[in-house]
Amino acid sequence: MYATNYHRASSVEDAVKLASSSDEAKYISGGQTLLPTMKQRLAAPSDLVDLRHVSDMKGISVDGGKIRIGAATTHAEVASSPDVASACPGLAHLAGHIGDPHVRHLGTIGGSIANNDPAADYPAGLMALGATIVTNTRSISADEFFTGMFETALEDGELIVAVEISAPASCGYAKFPNPASRYAMAGVFVARQGDGSVRLAVTGAGSDGVFRHAGMEQALASDFSPGALDGIGVDDSELLSDIHASSAYRANLVKVMAKRAVSAAG
Amino acid sequence: MANVSMTVNGRTVSGHCEDRTLLVQFIRENLGLTGTHVGCDTSQCGACVVHVDGKAVKSCTMLAAQADGSEVMTIEGLASGGELHPVQAAFREHHGLQCGFCTPGMIMSAVDIINRHGGQLDEQTVRAELEGNICRCTGYHNIVKAILDAASKMGDSAKVAAE
Ligand code: FES
Ligand code: FES
Repeated sequence: MYATNYHRASSVEDAVKLASSSDEAKYISGGQTLLPTMKQRLAAPSDLVDLRHVSDMKGISVDGGKIRIGAATTHAEVASSPDVASACPGLAHLAGHIGDPHVRHLGTIGGSIANNDPAADYPAGLMALGATIVTNTRSISADEFFTGMFETALEDGELIVAVEISAPASCGYAKFPNPASRYAMAGVFVARQGDGSVRLAVTGAGSDGVFRHAGMEQALASDFSPGALDGIGVDDSELLSDIHASSAYRANLVKVMAKRAVSAAG
Repeated sequence: MANVSMTVNGRTVSGHCEDRTLLVQFIRENLGLTGTHVGCDTSQCGACVVHVDGKAVKSCTMLAAQADGSEVMTIEGLASGGELHPVQAAFREHHGLQCGFCTPGMIMSAVDIINRHGGQLDEQTVRAELEGNICRCTGYHNIVKAILDAASKMGDSAKVAAE
């Protein structure tokens, strides 16, 4: 790891100010991706601005059907929150299966989505749930937020403060984890709203990161059952192909995981 | 450079280190507590697991500066006086180790698992919870047995005490 300067932010404003005082600063929350990346010298921020002590960015609140999750809330906290479990059980399940218990004690929702790893779990959940990403300057819909592999709509220095979700009528998540890394080789989150509309998002498989599958969404809107997906094909031309799985294999996995997600949603 | 102070195994310690110093380096090199191991340094093996503010974390994937002001517990802090912690005793009893390299991390993870689940542990839960800990020797079987036995001996009081 190259040398860096550590700063501890006390508030959102403080964090933004600290980050703006250097060209090469990065925010660090759980650091479960950033620190390994720095150790490999694939990232070399001159300054790190620690967000773990910004109280405005922590915690979960539910107001009616609205769930607000602070960006610095850990995966373990989301997974064990009774509020999330009752309002959005698929998301609690998703958070409880990221990495391993130690990683979940530190890694945060804001860090995960800001990084937008093409095999991370949260991007699929937030896209299928039609979440809103709240930053220090604006609100961004999940559809606009995730712009490609490791790419988001965030501007330089812009800081995610919270994520807001409207509780769906039902939702579910299923992933096929890579047995070594536990990242998704294919992960599918499905959410059905009270009006019967369905959003379904896929992680781990797309060569440009998380994506929605319109064909499956339509099929599930008229019949919300695993069988409704029988006739739907998944085009493998835009899917990842690597030593772990070919694109054709992933295409099949996407369908299998989609069916399991629908069953989990019930 | 960072001035770091924290409570380690109940003792207040402070030290001077580079900002990039990992918590595990600080524990091993500054404090001389070499029970916490580094197996991979890439966040995979769990040999470096310690508790920070009561939660199991990989100390190779946290900066010492991030832990400034925290309470840290390492394997050296588990036994009280000459008496092994029930999880340590169960690992010995059930032969839950061979070379012993993974053991400090396994035991710190096991204590964290029991803190969170109490005595109501089943084999499947233990195996799933050990996802972040790799052992190249034992095949895990006796590790799982040891954790289940320790959990049932510690009972639900373990969970209550931790909360
Ligand atoms: S040394 Fe930390 S996980 Fe392997
Ligand atoms: S006992 Fe040797 S690595 Fe686990």
